Amino acid sequence: MDLHKLSLSKQLEGLKKGDFTSTELTSHYLNRISELDGQLNSFITVTEDQALSQAKAADDRYKTNNNFSLDGLPIAHKDIFCTKGVLTTCGSKMLSNFEAPYSSTVYEKLDKNGMVMLGKTNMDEFAMGSSNETSYFGPVKNPWNIEYVPGGSSGGSASCVSAELAPIATATDTGGSIRQPASLCGLTGIKPTYGRVSRYGMIAFASSLDQGGVIAKSAEDAALILEAMSGHDPKDSTSLKLDQPDLTNNLNNPIKGMKIGLPKEFFEKEMAPYVLKSIEEAIEVYKSLGAEIVDISLGNINLSLPIYYIIAPAECSANLSRYDGVRYGYRCEDPKDIEDLFMRTREEGFGAEVKRRILIGTYALSAGYYDAFYLKAQKCRQLVANDFSEAFKSVDVILSPTTPGTSFKSGEKTNDPVEMYLQDIFTIPANLAGLPGLSIPCGEHNGLPLGMQLVGNSLEESKLLQFAHSFQSNTDWHMKMPNI
Amino acid sequence: MALSDQELREIAYLARISVKEDSLPSLKKELEDILGLFKELDAANTSEVNAMSHPLDLSQPTRKDEVTEEDLRDELLKNAPSVKSGLFLVPKVIEGEN
Repeated sequence: MDLHKLSLSKQLEGLKKGDFTSTELTSHYLNRISELDGQLNSFITVTEDQALSQAKAADDRYKTNNNFSLDGLPIAHKDIFCTKGVLTTCGSKMLSNFEAPYSSTVYEKLDKNGMVMLGKTNMDEFAMGSSNETSYFGPVKNPWNIEYVPGGSSGGSASCVSAELAPIATATDTGGSIRQPASLCGLTGIKPTYGRVSRYGMIAFASSLDQGGVIAKSAEDAALILEAMSGHDPKDSTSLKLDQPDLTNNLNNPIKGMKIGLPKEFFEKEMAPYVLKSIEEAIEVYKSLGAEIVDISLGNINLSLPIYYIIAPAECSANLSRYDGVRYGYRCEDPKDIEDLFMRTREEGFGAEVKRRILIGTYALSAGYYDAFYLKAQKCRQLVANDFSEAFKSVDVILSPTTPGTSFKSGEKTNDPVEMYLQDIFTIPANLAGLPGLSIPCGEHNGLPLGMQLVGNSLEESKLLQFAHSFQSNTDWHMKMPNI
Repeated sequence: MALSDQELREIAYLARISVKEDSLPSLKKELEDILGLFKELDAANTSEVNAMSHPLDLSQPTRKDEVTEEDLRDELLKNAPSVKSGLFLVPKVIEGEN
């Protein structure tokens, strides 16, 4: 049986009914990884022994009817989530030998529900990148065409789910790092409201923007796992004091009469004809389901990119100051004094993009520039958030492309940072305002998939997933998988 | 926005990242391109708006000042590049005789 063709809920049903065991399911994926990942490089670490022992424990629980809610389902974790006793590298030379002494809350929650970790997925170094070419562990390839990038920073998570080497994967999103790779690999990716998923044990990049989520093959699969990852965590001071939301019970409710906003600022941008065509077709699908289309304006949305490239590097320069070669991680050879230890460790341990962002952030926070850059950006950020609040008075969700186009060839944008940054032009605003956003496949061009983005009001993940599921119940873009 | 070589060296020092002299020109160009983006914010009128501190406008929670973490000293030291007698080792930082 092609177990990897089953949805997560079907896999769970099969496990419960005893059609197959978690050991069989887990081995099936481990075999696919060893057979196919050589050409994709989507995993940094495959935790085979641990996976098989977790699977066996799940099977034992099924035998005695003591099973947990997601017992025996395999998952891959982005290598940004600390997993106790397992290499956790964040895609960096700096942490290439780091074994986490504790586990992230995300891992703990899924582990307590019985999920089996297949391994840790490749990513752009410290989650900084949109093509998964900045990883110390080598670039990740897009399963749709291995000459193309899978997107980033959660490129390994997207690549392995797209190639069906894992049924689902955790991911993180600071400016689009879940939604952009989901779009470029033909998958469903959701970033919840800031504070929904605990950041404890999730290696920090830009703390006011970072948020964990999942990359899956459908909205239904994503809802099942995101629900289990969510909920208040006293170990994360920005975690929302809310119980775990119910994200699955609303999926099948009709969207008839609900309103979709189209921000004119996005549609005024020069857009590739094939992107516009796919989006227009998706809008037609929603119209046929009874949704109402409303033109809206987000007047300050075009400030998002510069705001992001002040705030994210500023926070990254502060967060990454901890990597000093003293307590953990990489240390340079034979430092002649303490200053040399810091300077050379950081020069040798970080890659080019990470160093660029640390330098930009240091500049933006330095004396004489703090007000002009950082404070100004935080004020503009409030303007963007106000625009969204205003818009959500009259619409339920906001629709746009996820990315300016389909995937691009490896190496095509590596020498031009600003060109690479434009990949996130549609996704960054949701991070600035802390809003939930998702990407679902809605078209293709020259054999490469393309996604559309839906952004919802704060805490309305359930509504976003309802919109995504209703689209997926009436189209088959999400069923298309690459031949690999 | 133009950066001088000297400014770039100062930023690199503040960030404690050593930068090789021969990489200064290309790095400078990349940083100037990114800084060029920032100019777009000049036109925004922010006189009436407060800087955002949390997307959902939450205040920071407090908790009792109690120890909740277990002692992980040995676990944590396992990841350190250089350790002696349960302490992190670094090059000498205080001048004087040994």
